[in-house]
Amino acid sequence: MATYLIRRLLIAIPSLLGISLILFTVLALAPGDPFGELATNPNVPPEVRAALRAKFGMDDPVMVRYLRWLAAMAQGDWGFSFASRIDVDTLILQRVPTTLFVIGSSQVLALLIAVPVGIYAALRPYSVFDQIANTLAFVGFSLPTFFTGLLLILLFSIHLGWLPFVYQADIAATGWRWYWEHVRQAIMPVTVLGLFQAASYTRYVRSAVLDVARLDYVTTARAKGLSDGAVTRRHITRNALIPVVTLVALQMPAVFGGAIVTEQIFRVPGIGSLLITAMLANDTPVIMAVTFVFSCLVVAFNLIADLLYGWLDPRISFR
Amino acid sequence: MTGKVRMDPILSVQNLSTAFKVERAWRPVVRGVSFDIGPKETVALVGESGSGKSVTALSIMRLTPRDSSRVTGSVALGGRDLLKLPDAEMRKVRGDDIAMIFQEPMTSLNPVLTIGFQIAEALILHRGLSRSAAEAETVRLLEKVRIPAAKSRIHDYPHRFSGGMRQRVMIAMALACRPKLLIADEPTTALDVTIQSQILELIKALQEEEGMSVLFITHDMGVVAEIADRTVVMYGGEAVETGATDDIFKRATHPYTRMLLSAVPRLGSMTEHARPLPFPEIDRSTGLPLPQDEIPDTVAHAERPVLQVKDLTTRFTITGGLLGRPRGRVHAVEKVSFDLRQGETLALVGESGCGKSTTGRSVMRLIEPQSGSVLLDGEDIMALGERDLRERRKLMQMIFQDPFASLDPRMTIGAAIAEPLAINKLASRSAAREQTAELLRRVGLSPDMASRFPHEFSGGQRQRICIARALAVRPRLIVADESVSALDVSVKAQVINLMLELQASLQLAYLFISHDMAVVERVSHRVAVMYLGEIVEIGPRAAIFGNPQHPYTRRLLAAVPIPDPARRHEKHRVTNEELKSPIRPLGFEPPDRLYREVSPGHMVQLPSEGPSEAGLPVAA
Repeated sequence: MATYLIRRLLIAIPSLLGISLILFTVLALAPGDPFGELATNPNVPPEVRAALRAKFGMDDPVMVRYLRWLAAMAQGDWGFSFASRIDVDTLILQRVPTTLFVIGSSQVLALLIAVPVGIYAALRPYSVFDQIANTLAFVGFSLPTFFTGLLLILLFSIHLGWLPFVYQADIAATGWRWYWEHVRQAIMPVTVLGLFQAASYTRYVRSAVLDVARLDYVTTARAKGLSDGAVTRRHITRNALIPVVTLVALQMPAVFGGAIVTEQIFRVPGIGSLLITAMLANDTPVIMAVTFVFSCLVVAFNLIADLLYGWLDPRISFR
Repeated sequence: MTGKVRMDPILSVQNLSTAFKVERAWRPVVRGVSFDIGPKETVALVGESGSGKSVTALSIMRLTPRDSSRVTGSVALGGRDLLKLPDAEMRKVRGDDIAMIFQEPMTSLNPVLTIGFQIAEALILHRGLSRSAAEAETVRLLEKVRIPAAKSRIHDYPHRFSGGMRQRVMIAMALACRPKLLIADEPTTALDVTIQSQILELIKALQEEEGMSVLFITHDMGVVAEIADRTVVMYGGEAVETGATDDIFKRATHPYTRMLLSAVPRLGSMTEHARPLPFPEIDRSTGLPLPQDEIPDTVAHAERPVLQVKDLTTRFTITGGLLGRPRGRVHAVEKVSFDLRQGETLALVGESGCGKSTTGRSVMRLIEPQSGSVLLDGEDIMALGERDLRERRKLMQMIFQDPFASLDPRMTIGAAIAEPLAINKLASRSAAREQTAELLRRVGLSPDMASRFPHEFSGGQRQRICIARALAVRPRLIVADESVSALDVSVKAQVINLMLELQASLQLAYLFISHDMAVVERVSHRVAVMYLGEIVEIGPRAAIFGNPQHPYTRRLLAAVPIPDPARRHEKHRVTNEELKSPIRPLGFEPPDRLYREVSPGHMVQLPSEGPSEAGLPVAA
């Protein structure tokens, strides 16, 4: 197990290096850089601009710049945001917790809905419950989050006025009120993301349970005289969740991508909205850092999924 | 038994019928089946696939799908009709009064729960034992089914056990609450013969100890003869004949029973015949065999052998550790040598994991062997480049075990048969169509079937299609890897007869890979016995079966169930041995093997000193 973990972490290094190289090159090839707007500013003489470019090494070859970035990165220096005028790591550390909170809660919500609904529907295939669950699941993943998000804002924030529609990272309240405000403003983004994911997870859970429910060991369990509930809990659920774990991990990149849109709609000051702002401002170091954090998170979630997989299925040995 | 006074039955099944809902219509699967099972009695339910025997068992347990099946009639257990019990009451009967074990030990245990938990589950449920008491009882049960070091194994997961051991765990689980009746649904079908005889002995011994009744479902008449007091023969969902096992075997009245019995391959039935013999044709109306002719000698003794294999070795590397370095090797095929002549059948026999299939694949270079030479018509296959190898593969074709998996379900059978012709550019489109028609006729199917898809055919017909596909390129050698093992007895007989007939007319050489000794005795000219990747004994069929020399050959032959209830009490000497593994440490080189010639062409491996001597008792 420890050997496996070490080996997986070692394998993660070259893959992250590769990802960072590609990201860096693509960003370097893209037109525009942080000093682009200086060119249109008549108050900045061209010499100053050239001096600034030279100071930050903007005219060096891509590989040299990449290696410089890598060396700085290795020492914990993430670069400087030209637009926000603070260090990139401070900026990102401000934003990451919010994103993880919103995405994490939405995934928990998605699984809390998908697992019981999927299992219940699969145990009674083609029943009324199953039909309704299927229909709702189709509706759920056909509706894009930017549409449902706006709909919720219209309904709960504008018509009913129950929930705030701008997410604030710094809430002035203290104590329980502070928590309550946080939860209140998170309800809508979490619901939108969670329900969207729940729709597709429900379908997967349902088909996984359908597959497991007709296997021999389920008949064995029933032949022992176990009640249907016990058979489902002890013999079906764990086996059916094994493929679902892989799926959730593979969905992570899509979830982060989807979160960028949702964060933008609800003005959640997360890492996704930071990315959008940075792109609009041509703030290359921030774009680079955010996309790299995304890749690290995806690699990390895949590793967690593989470890979970081994915990759920004793046949898998970590070698 | 005939002399026994009949007591009140434990279980009485009256007029049991089961129907399944298929596309909104009720399709009967079991029709009006009635039988009784007395105390301590073993009743066999025998029939071919689709005869409704498993559905009968599931109906007794009320385990058929609730919404899509309908069970009528009565199943009386101790005065209660099980079919009328409320669900909660029925659950108390399952696992407590009636327990069940299934065919596939590999899939009938839950892979993510420890075996200790799975056995204790029933004890906690029905006996209300505490966790620790249930655990102690579980250890006792595992010892009862003769699992070595039971105490240290209760926290192991099912994948750590071999097939035979898993079936023991299943039996322990079934015995947990001392049921009055054990239903065993083909419990030994998926096991090797030596393991099968161990499990049969175990069931017999436990039945004695616990005083329970057994309903034993099987398709194997040999097993029936071995274990059952009474037998119910099922055909097309009906019980066509019921009686004491002796009577069924000696004085069967129903034509189907007679047909079933005459189609059963019997070990030792070939002693008077020098050459392979087709199964007798059976008169459908009486069920009795028709007189048959011997087939001519097909072997081309004078010519150079079609296939000469010398020191063929195939090993697989097992890797592990931080950098995935090799840790050990599976010595799947180890210095195997044999010749095969035109028109001859050489059978490769042995139990699972002995390397017989790998040998077949290595000969065709479907798996790349490590070393050795394979001469096909005098040309070394091992030295060929990719393109030449593909060219030569026309001469050797393969027929696989599972006729359901070896045909592409989305390709018509005509296209499947014509494909090898097209790939090898042997025929134009219209010529290929003609040849396909001819091939279908040849294997006993009609040419107009060419436009149908595989799912429209039965297992036996599909195997015929596979044979036609193999014949399309006019091969000289056919590797038949367990080609008839998955077929029902009567179908098996037909397919074997077809293979023998094709051998006579086309001078085919067969490398016949099989674990079924009775079939091998029928079809082969020569036999090679494989054990742990090596040929331990090879020789003419009559010599191997009549005068087996190697201890493993003897053990293999002794384990085959004999379809004759009168010989049941010739007790098998069953050891509790597991099949050995051919995994060796890196750098292991097996010692040079010496062979002794018993009679012309009959060679037996001499026991040699060293660690690899497979733990077999040396022949006295």
